[in-house]
Amino acid sequence: MPLAVELRGVSFGYRPGQRVLEGIDLALGEGEFVAVAGPNGGGKTTLMRIILGLERPSEGVALLYGEPAHRFSGRHALGYLAQRSQAGGDAPATVREVVAAGRMSSGRIVGRLRPDDHLLVAEAIARVGLEANADTPVRTLSGGMQQRAFIAKALAGQPSLLVLDEPTTGVDAESQESLAELLAGLHGELGVTIVYVSHEFGAVEHHVQRLVLVRRTIVFDGPPHDLPGVWHDPGHMHARE
Amino acid sequence: MLESEFMRLALAAGAIVGVLAPAVGFFLVQRRQSLFGDGIGHVAFAGVAAGILLDVSPVLTALVFAVLGGIAIEVLRSRGGAAGDQALALVFYTGIALGVVLVAQAGALNVDLFQYLFGSILTVTRGDLVTIALLGGSGLATVALLYRAFAAVVIDEEGARVAGVPIGSLNIALATLTAVTVALSMRVVGILLVAALMVLPVSAAGRLAWSMRSTLVMATAIGLASSICGLTISYYADLPPGGTIVLVAAGAYLVALAATARGR
Repeated sequence: MPLAVELRGVSFGYRPGQRVLEGIDLALGEGEFVAVAGPNGGGKTTLMRIILGLERPSEGVALLYGEPAHRFSGRHALGYLAQRSQAGGDAPATVREVVAAGRMSSGRIVGRLRPDDHLLVAEAIARVGLEANADTPVRTLSGGMQQRAFIAKALAGQPSLLVLDEPTTGVDAESQESLAELLAGLHGELGVTIVYVSHEFGAVEHHVQRLVLVRRTIVFDGPPHDLPGVWHDPGHMHARE
Repeated sequence: MLESEFMRLALAAGAIVGVLAPAVGFFLVQRRQSLFGDGIGHVAFAGVAAGILLDVSPVLTALVFAVLGGIAIEVLRSRGGAAGDQALALVFYTGIALGVVLVAQAGALNVDLFQYLFGSILTVTRGDLVTIALLGGSGLATVALLYRAFAAVVIDEEGARVAGVPIGSLNIALATLTAVTVALSMRVVGILLVAALMVLPVSAAGRLAWSMRSTLVMATAIGLASSICGLTISYYADLPPGGTIVLVAAGAYLVALAATARGR
């Protein structure tokens, strides 16, 4: 299977002598649906930033589709849902305006949207089930619907790799379930490689093919059902902060 | 009123700045950088002082200082490790201190300086209007061309960074636009009030609008109306034009506040 992400011997610290991540070896194949879990402060968000090329490893190599991640040439093909994504500032950005921002990439930053851009924006809104709210300000929607709007934004860029950082923060249990089903549908129908980063993985546990547990190093990597039952216990050492 | 040449020139200059200031301020407000224009204004003050000292056009030197100050804030913030408000404060205070020193050297604590601090739109010449129209038109064209990119950064800066949008270049472009707006607006409302025309119309529109685009369009309409109404009131009531324009914009915000408070 061709690799979407490859980390070889990656270590990282934000200052000299610090080790947020150490000796990470990780290969994610194209089309995989992977959950990266671990306690807060365990390094999973840093790992995600290295995967996306937003941070460079202190040691080791990070590759995206075979290219150094920080110099990756196909950035338009990366979809990203930031932690606690919300429309910025006080502007009442509508769902359509948020999703249209997903058609922005390094390739074409000047000028208006083209007809095919509008089509992709409408398709992305429909895929997450927000057609009826397309012209509603995002800030007036529930947390779950806001997340859907930002997932649509990521989808509008037609990503081959979709990375979600703590997508269920501030979202109720019912919305977490429907978010997990939406992602499973995207994975099944579009074959998008999905990396789901969260300190909890309950909602997607039944949909992901692979779980990577990070606590400075990778302490588990395999199918969720292989995870020892005790690790599902929030009080266990690998789940504690 | 319109039979007077100076009022026709003032209304034309006021209209251009009334549209440009909120169009640029819109992106600053959404990024919670409402005081950025104020900081650049203080750097422009040093530029005015340098112009008076060197006996060259103070508007030109203010423009150069403001652009360099805006770029310095962005570079300090992105590469110097200073948080946004610290970078702003550093350039803000350095600008005003430099201005005070240069003004003292020039012995120019007089009417010449005050017209830049408080505006002097009634002394705008045809040559000034050409400069304001050319630079203002360029500024508005840049906003129109880069609207989608600026909006993408406002909506989700980290997402835009991942997608390869050149955030650093866009920030420099916005800082330069702000600097040009400040330098042009100096003649209309003065350095001390320049940021008000960039912020108040946007805040008023934000209470009434239903989307980002409608906020931008409404903000420019409120800015334009504030300039025209403010100049008209100042003409008939013999009030300072700069202060009157800003008070009208503040009034527009209060009206928007009252309208939305009643609706909620």
